[in-house]
This record gives sequence, C-alpha cells and structure tokens, in this order.
Amino acid sequence: MTSEVSTRPSVPTALIDELRRDLGPEVVRTARADLEQYRRDASTFSGRADVVCLPVDADQVERIIAACARHGVPFVARGSGTGLTGGAVPIDGGVVIVTTKLNRILEVDRLGRTARVGPGVLNLDLSRAVSAQGLHFAPDPSSQQSCSIGGNVANNSGGPHCLAEGVTSAHVIAIDVVLPDGTPVTLGGDDPEPAGYDLRGAFVGSEGMFGVATEVRVRLTPTPSDVVTLLADFAEVTTGARAVSAIIAAGIVPAALEMMDTLCIEAVESWLGLGLPRDAGCVLLVEVDGPHHHVDAAREQVVEILNRLGARTVRVAADDTERAALWKARKSAFGAVARILPNYYLHDTVVPRRRLVEVLEQVYEIADRHGVAVMNVFHAGDGNLHPILVFDKREPGVMERVHSAGTEIVTASVRAGGVLSGEHGIGMEKRDLMGLMFTEADLDIQARLRAAFDSAGLANPDKVLPTGSSCGDLGHQPEGTWI
Amino acid sequence: MDLTSSPSDATLVDLAGEVAGPEGGPVNPRGTHSRSVPPNHRVVRAPGGIIEFHPDEMVVRCGAGTRLDDLHAELAAAGHEVALPAGGSVGGALAWGRSDVMRRGRGPVRDAVLEIRWIDAWGRVIRSGGPTVKNVSGFDLCRVLVGSRGTLGVMGEVTLRTRPRPPRRSWFATVGTPDEIEPQLHRPLSVLWDGTETWVALEGHPRDVEEEARRVGLDERPGPPELPSSSRWSIAPSRWREVRGPGQFVVEIGVGVVHHERDPDLVSDPLPAPLSFRMVALHHEVRRRLDPFRRFEPDVDMP
Repeated sequence: MTSEVSTRPSVPTALIDELRRDLGPEVVRTARADLEQYRRDASTFSGRADVVCLPVDADQVERIIAACARHGVPFVARGSGTGLTGGAVPIDGGVVIVTTKLNRILEVDRLGRTARVGPGVLNLDLSRAVSAQGLHFAPDPSSQQSCSIGGNVANNSGGPHCLAEGVTSAHVIAIDVVLPDGTPVTLGGDDPEPAGYDLRGAFVGSEGMFGVATEVRVRLTPTPSDVVTLLADFAEVTTGARAVSAIIAAGIVPAALEMMDTLCIEAVESWLGLGLPRDAGCVLLVEVDGPHHHVDAAREQVVEILNRLGARTVRVAADDTERAALWKARKSAFGAVARILPNYYLHDTVVPRRRLVEVLEQVYEIADRHGVAVMNVFHAGDGNLHPILVFDKREPGVMERVHSAGTEIVTASVRAGGVLSGEHGIGMEKRDLMGLMFTEADLDIQARLRAAFDSAGLANPDKVLPTGSSCGDLGHQPEGTWI
Repeated sequence: MDLTSSPSDATLVDLAGEVAGPEGGPVNPRGTHSRSVPPNHRVVRAPGGIIEFHPDEMVVRCGAGTRLDDLHAELAAAGHEVALPAGGSVGGALAWGRSDVMRRGRGPVRDAVLEIRWIDAWGRVIRSGGPTVKNVSGFDLCRVLVGSRGTLGVMGEVTLRTRPRPPRRSWFATVGTPDEIEPQLHRPLSVLWDGTETWVALEGHPRDVEEEARRVGLDERPGPPELPSSSRWSIAPSRWREVRGPGQFVVEIGVGVVHHERDPDLVSDPLPAPLSFRMVALHHEVRRRLDPFRRFEPDVDMP
C-alpha cells in the first residue's frame, strides 16, 4: 500500500515542486516514513498522505494553503493526532499540514488572564507555563499531556471540568485563521463585542473544515485556593447515578463528577492495586474547588448526600498525595483496559443526566447482546458517557459486532434526548450517524455555513457532513478506508 | 420513533408557516420591543413560555418569545439563574447577544445557549446545537445566531444553561483604581470603574465574600452604579485607562464594555480597527448562504 502511495500521488507534482521550492525540504516532506506517520490519527481510520508540510510560522501556513487553493488540492490540518474519530485523517489523499512546530506561547497577560499561543502548543504545557501565576487553561481533555490547543479548538474539546467551566469555546477569545482560499483573517477579537457574526464561535468545533488556525488567544482561569476530592462507592451503578443528580439538585456544581463501573474498577485494581473496592457496582469521584468556606460547606453537603443515597464508603482525600492517587485511578482507566483484552473501542455520547441510568442499562444490554465486554468510565456530571468496548480483534467477526454495538449505543443515547458526541467530535466515525440527530434541512444549513468558509470544499473534505448534505457533493466514502 | 423531532414542533411548524407567509417577502422577527417596520415587511413573533425546566439538569427550554423577566422569576423560584440580561424577550437578548455587567463572572450570553430551534429563509424548522452542555455534534450554528440581530432566521425555541444561584451576592465599592483592586480579587462576578470608584460584585459562600471584601478593603453598596445608557463601546479590556471624562462613563474591567454618555472626548480612538475586506466578504457570504433572498431584517447590515 505504501509504495503504491508514493508512486501514484494524487497531489500534482507541480504543487509539491512549488511548495518545496518555496519552503524547502525541511518543511515539505514526501519521505515514506512521514507519509506513513501522518496518514492516521489515534482513531481506527487511516488514509493516504501525499505530501506532509510542517510549517514553522503563520506565513508558511498561508503559502501552503494558497498553493493548495490554486491547484484545487485538498488539505488536512492536524495537531498532535490524538483525535479519536478520524478527523485528522487524510482519507482520500492530499496535503497534511502539521501544526506541531507552531508551538510557542507568544504572550501571557497575567492581569488580563489571557494568553496568545500557537496552535501546536500542548494543552498541559500551557497550564504548566502559567501555573506559577496562579492560572490554568480550563479545558483539560484526558489527552491533555499530548493534545494541542489547535486540536482543542477544532473539536471544541472538553474534559472532566466542563460542568463548572464550560467547553473550549468558552475559553477562546480570538483565532488567527488562514481561510481555505489562503487569506488570513482574525475571528473574534480582544474586545468583548466585535462587529458582525460570531465566526470565532463557528470556527471552534468545525473540525478543520473552515480553515487552519495559526494563533489562538485564550482565556486563563484562576486556580482555586482550595480543592477537596472524594471517592464514594456504591453497590449499584443506579444508586451512584442517583447521587450524581442529587448533588446537582442540591445546588452544588462540583468541579468534576466522574464515575467508573465494576469492570473498570477491576481492571484498574488488577493493574495498580490502589485499594478500590472490587465488589462495588461503581465508584464516584467528586471534586469541589473554590474559596475555603465554599469548599468546606460543599464537602459536608456532598458527604451527607452520598451517605444518604447509599454510599457504602466515602473517602475524603486528606492531602494532595491521596488526591493524586484518587485521580490516578480515574485517569488510568484507559491504560488498564489492556488487563482485560488487547483491543478497545472508546465511545463518546452525552445524555441528559436524568436519563443516565436508563441509558447505561441499555449500554450493558447492547454489549451483552453483541457478545462484547463493556466498561464504563465517564463524566457523570455532564451526562457524558464513555463506554469502552473491549475485545480481541483476532477473534473472527468481532469488529462487525463492535461496530454494530457502537452504533446501537449512539442511537440509544440520541433516543434518550442526548447528542452524538460530547467531546471527540464527528470526524469520519459518526459522519454517517448525523442523520440520527439532524434532519436533512439541519444538515443543509450546516453545509451552507461550511460553504461560506470553503466554497471549494478543500479544507478537510468528507468529514462531519454525511453524503448528500446539499451544497454539492460534500461527502463520499472513499475506497480503501478501513475501520 | 423520529429522533430529530421535539414535542413542541407543532408550534414551530406554525411559526415556520408564518415566516414563509403567503408570498414570502421580508420578515422582521420581533420580541417585546417594537421599532417601526416598513409597510411591505411582515412582523413575526416567536412563541413564549417555558416548556421544561430541570434544575438538576441545569437546563431550561423555552419559547424565544418568553419575557426575560418571567424567565428570571421562574428560575429564581428554584434557586437558579441564567446569564441573560433583564428586560425584553429571550429571542431579543440572543439576537443582540449583549451581556449585562455580570459577564465577567457569568460568561457571555452566547455561552448560555445550548440549542436553538429556528426558522430559516426557506421556512424550514432547523435544529442547531443540542440540549447538553457538552456537545460537538456538527457545526456550531448557535454561536452564529447569537448576536446576528435577526438577519439569519427567526428563533423559535431555545435551550439555555442555568446555574444555581450562589447563597450570597453583594456589590461593593472603593476609591482605589482597578489597577490596585483587581489583582487582589480571585474570581469577581463584576469589576466596574466609573473614573472615581472601583465597583466590585462578589458572590459565593457568605463568609468567603465577607473575607474577600474585608481583605481588599471594599465597602458594601446596595447595588451596581447607575449605568449611562446612551451609548456602549466595545474595547480591548486593557484599554480601560484611556477612558476619561468629562462625560459620565462606566467601564466593565476585564471585559471591555464601556457604558457612556455621548461624548466625543471620552477616548481618542475607542473603536477597534475596522474589519478587513476579506472578513467583510466572509460575513456577506455567511449571510448570502443562509438567507440568499435577504428576507430577514433586510435593512440591517452585518457587519
């Protein structure tokens, strides 16, 4: 397959020559290793990169996109490639623009609580860089050690702290973007009410289909003085989920409310032995932060609610070390999956909180019916489910069953009044499920918005919008795509 | 079961019929305010009323025609609130997208919006967004609609994010400048500067509020200062020092909204640089693609 790619590039040689002349071989690469590395992301999808560009500044991004526009060649921007839906996969060939070298923190305004960063800056690096100033970048997806701010913008990323702090869109003030015709613009602005439409808001979550970000101005959040982390365990998932609703109903908005079910607890325990109760139906991790008296009062209230709603034990982290240990249990869940079976498929849907129990029950039933193991570790406070289907791909026919079970889980979530994706995005993975949530007219309007930014359809084509979403043929399933 | 429908769709279909009209033509969506409308334009009003409110879900769904005062009262009865200003209708507040002076702590209007069901230029009921806080399912049309001044469609029904109201919220003031006061505050709900005093709104646990006020040296006041209402500017927050009298003004510190009386001497160059030619073209393209007939608010220019 790889040799086929390098001998039969769909990108015209003239474009590659032009780019190489203009930007040099360091930036413009066609070596087999590069093409191989950048034809996939962290999903199960892969495509074909014809040429890979690693620009070092906004001007180079502009020249690359302008050249693509002149030649009518599609391009796909990518940050760290941690996406799980194939959003950064060049599914049908084209130019891959890697933003990892635009990784400078350009300015931090401590008083104004903002920062200007390149899209390639890693999420956690930004928070670390401003931590001495008592600030952090609030969106904190599980991949925060390796995912980039540009990727967070493309997917409007979340993380465990969305319930209190909101998603990426709420933390982005302005974005320098190169539009798909090669023109640079600034969306949003430093002032609070920029003239015109909120095209900044449209760009966030557009999965690379509206252009490429070259600089992001973000809002930084003051780090709270006090934090308390609690771990409660319940005999049943149902009672744990009820406690989640009761906490919110009591007027407490915890910084995080995370849940793990039995299979997940078992996997984490057999790997790390952190002392989680193996016989529990679920454990609930609750974190409350803020000023001292608020945290004190909220802790008391949360403990009371957890006990009243049938928690078997409630453990309050005594210090930062114990707090880190509790979070380690939560954050190690994905790594622990391998203790059960070699492969897993991570899903991401959101349901209204009051429907959590009912949808969880359906998730178990669906997985059971398809003969696939499922473990749940999720952002319960947001109703953001992350069922992990665990399997051994060497087992014949298992991929089909995993795929069918996944589709049924997404359908059940939407049927319960939820949405297709909470934080991973649509990409390739859920493109053809968009019809579950949206009518043809809804999708037509989305396609029109995309066409306003990219009438030629060159920016990350064939993602998000299913085939036939009007505005021309904006989507097709290319040959050679594998799941 | 059709997963894309909603219980209130019948009302929206009626609204769509009204928008489509017998012969099409220009449409002016209206909330509670009425400006004069050209004779060949039809005025369309969205339905009002709360459809569902789930405090434990932190969401409320209501007609875009709902009066904001009614919505605030209903939420307050359950100890909740929503980051929309007072007065007028929900749809009007979203069409303008302008926050009140508590934007610094509560966030802008646009971040309170989770889902909008609206009528497009073809008279179709469109769903944008979803009813949950976390949602990356398709492109974010809600953000584009908020602040679009009715030029892209008629909002029919919206789902908003609510929050529990903190146990204490108080206004304070001191003669110190924002330079002196602001760095000492953790997460104030609002900081205002009127040229003489710095006004601060704090909220949270009563003892935290009291301690912070005492530490910073703030005097409690019954409410925020009176806002000059004749004009409003939007400037980069760091430029607040350039705002001067003699006219009356109040600057939202950390936000950049300036409320002032019309006074050309207030600042030398208050407005941000005009949009580039390409940005103007992009705006026109967004509007042309979403309303090719220019049916909605044809007299309003965006930008």
